[in-house]
Amino acid sequence: MKTVALALLGLALIVASAAHALGSGAAGVEIKEFRFAPTALEIRQGTTVTWTNHDEETHTITSTTGAFGSGGLGNDETFAQTFSRPGVYEYFCALHPRMRATVVVK
Amino acid sequence: MDRLDRRGFLECMAWAGSALVWTSAGGVLASRTVQQVEAADSPAAGFSFVQISDTHIGFKGQANGDAAATLRELIERVNALRPAPAFVIHTGDQTHGQKAGAFDTVAELLKGVRTERVFYVPGEHDVFLDGGKEYLARYGKGTVGERGWQSFDYRGTHFVGLVNVLKYKGEGIGALGADQIEWLEKDLAPLTSSTPVVVFAHIPLWAVYPQWGWATEDAERALASLKRFGSVTVLNGHIHQVMTKVEGNVRFHTAMSTAFPQPAPGAAPSPGPMKIPEADARRMIGVAEVTFVPGGQPLAIVDSVLG
Repeated sequence: MKTVALALLGLALIVASAAHALGSGAAGVEIKEFRFAPTALEIRQGTTVTWTNHDEETHTITSTTGAFGSGGLGNDETFAQTFSRPGVYEYFCALHPRMRATVVVK
Repeated sequence: MDRLDRRGFLECMAWAGSALVWTSAGGVLASRTVQQVEAADSPAAGFSFVQISDTHIGFKGQANGDAAATLRELIERVNALRPAPAFVIHTGDQTHGQKAGAFDTVAELLKGVRTERVFYVPGEHDVFLDGGKEYLARYGKGTVGERGWQSFDYRGTHFVGLVNVLKYKGEGIGALGADQIEWLEKDLAPLTSSTPVVVFAHIPLWAVYPQWGWATEDAERALASLKRFGSVTVLNGHIHQVMTKVEGNVRFHTAMSTAFPQPAPGAAPSPGPMKIPEADARRMIGVAEVTFVPGGQPLAIVDSVLG
């Protein structure tokens, strides 16, 4: 488990630097074709992340620890969550549990 | 006359558009001619039931602007069947994302089906928000431990409804769980091997396409308890298209959705509603009618599309 978490964190750092999400008060994650993009998002403390579901299928943003949850998100619906504490937040789609992604708050 | 004559059958074929007729006798799958179907289809010959699946009430997309309207249309078609189906089986995903009021809409619409009873098993869309609380409050009564699974007998055929959406495993594949499988083994134990068995559940009990979660992780153990039976039919939904597979005496069959089609396995980057014109989608949504004829247990499944 620890190795997986570290691997995810490593991936998070690489992807997040490309996703230029650092330093803004808002960041976005797109849901398309049963994938979260980016799959790893790095943000600063206090950033609000907004997820947008572009699929016609319902998806959820569900924290693996229960820290946050969107409920069912229909087509073009959004869900916003503000991250006020640093940490690695893993989440998945409760309807399609193979859809997994991470928010890293610095 | 109640009996479906040749003309009636051809009319049925006309609205069905691309109806498929298969028989399964002794585990051997064969197509049947219209005349054979006609001969088998007398009121005294057996009974039929209808499988409705994946109604996804609340869905609105390119392929279907109103999932309630297409369900209503298909119910009218079911009500025109002669003889009328003895009962209806709904194999899950009644709702699209468990939207408020969707269960009520489905219940109201299904009251319009002219049949004795509707049996249900849940789909993941019906239970993911609350772990099945609302679904079981509505449909859990009379099921084993009020947990949603059940069995019943109808004119010598044993029916088993299984729940494989309440224990989603890591990779998003359906699962039955040890409790349910143990119950199934006990439920089947007293039956003679010549008893025809029909099993229904939402997610396919065979590995249609595990990459998209179109499989049930622990189905093998459940299927092992069915191997001794001469005639087993497994009816599933979830994948919104007709697929059939025969393995020994077990015949697997998936039904269309009444709301929208999904792509063939691997034919698109992901599963999910196909984005196609409504007119095209109508040729890919529908219901399944299953007919039993006593003596050798031939079974016919006719998949009928809307458009």
